[in-house]
Amino acid sequence: MKPAPFAYDDPRGLDETLDLLARHGEDAKVLAGGQSLLPLLNFRLARPTRLVDVNRVDELAYLRRRGGNLRIGALTRAATLERSPLVAAEWPLLREAVRLVGHPQIRSRGTVGGSVAHADPAAELPAVLAALESRFHLRSRRGGRTLGPEELFVTHLTTALAPDELLVEIEVPPLPSRAGTAFVEYARVHGDFALGGAAAVVVLGEDGTCERAVVTLVAAAPTPVRAREAEEALAGGSLTEEGIRAAADLAAAEVDVPEAERPYRRALVSELTRRALERAVTRAREAA
Amino acid sequence: MSRPVAVTINGRRYHADVEARTLLSDFIRHVAGLTGTKVGCEHGVCGACTVQLDEEPVRSCLMLAVQADGRTVRTVEALARGDELHPLQAAFSEAHALQCGFCTPGFLMSLDAFLRERPDPDEGEIREALAGNLCRCTGYTAMVEAVLLAAERLRPAPR
Repeated sequence: MKPAPFAYDDPRGLDETLDLLARHGEDAKVLAGGQSLLPLLNFRLARPTRLVDVNRVDELAYLRRRGGNLRIGALTRAATLERSPLVAAEWPLLREAVRLVGHPQIRSRGTVGGSVAHADPAAELPAVLAALESRFHLRSRRGGRTLGPEELFVTHLTTALAPDELLVEIEVPPLPSRAGTAFVEYARVHGDFALGGAAAVVVLGEDGTCERAVVTLVAAAPTPVRAREAEEALAGGSLTEEGIRAAADLAAAEVDVPEAERPYRRALVSELTRRALERAVTRAREAA
Repeated sequence: MSRPVAVTINGRRYHADVEARTLLSDFIRHVAGLTGTKVGCEHGVCGACTVQLDEEPVRSCLMLAVQADGRTVRTVEALARGDELHPLQAAFSEAHALQCGFCTPGFLMSLDAFLRERPDPDEGEIREALAGNLCRCTGYTAMVEAVLLAAERLRPAPR
């Protein structure tokens, strides 16, 4: 099918974009890479009366390191993230996950900011950005604010972004030395939406025990949820096979999906979390 | 509300006033008259409408024509030179990698971009590269063979 008619603006700068959102926010939808929005428009599942297309706001397309942090402009394409030598070397979790986003034909257009703002709980990037404890910078004519993942992601396809606000940058802190990360997901067909996934960050202390761990889950709950009980169980421990298995079961308790799917999803999340943790621990030990 | 749009497709500029909601796939087929690009699912799953935008493979049904204003698009019509098939097309034909042919232009435009980035792919990489397009006739085994064949012919001969 074809989209219903809409008014269309394609601002060339951030100021102009924020003006448009201040004026039309309630009626307008921001169009970034379009790889989720265009299907909704084509099927007329979404019928916004106005699109504010940010694809020509070049100042939002960048990937750079400043003060040790990775700064990802919201309009950065998934393909740019995938090809970045800096990301591959310093934030390998992002690279591991972004290669599983759709297909090359999707990653060429899809943006990091778009994936975050769309907030699909089955999406890879929100979960890994949450695992890396990223900060999300929002701007509007009223000013700016910065949110953490648990403040930003509210529920299915819903963020804390106000109608006049734009996600402008994602800031990812550096990984400590002696850290290992891994992302694992399961989809029925390569490139399909994941039925489940887990991101793990493990930081070792000088004695080789677990200083801290972060686990986030994909497609397990209405948001990219953090498995805090699993994290607490791992912290201070020696990361044995049994310890990891027990933590993975704790992560599975976070699964919040309709009852009919729950037993399968719990088993899946437990196994994927176990694999992600095993891999992250191996990599942390190699790095140490 | 119409807007003037100019897109360079296969080296030629096409101008038209189009509605903002006009998809790039429809601009290519209806304005430029280049019907090699096929429209299948219209929601980015089947890959039949894949073209290259500034050399990168994209789903033309997931872009608005106005977004391609001033940009360069390549479609399947750009592959052959006159009657001489592109090495990928020749390999598809020889390896029986198509039956009805509806999905073929999308596969070819995905694979042409893929081989530019990975001139010497292994079978696993080829299977991954094929995953973004659907074929309902042949299955994919013959396509893997065709890509291996085309890659071999496209690589410069060793000295």
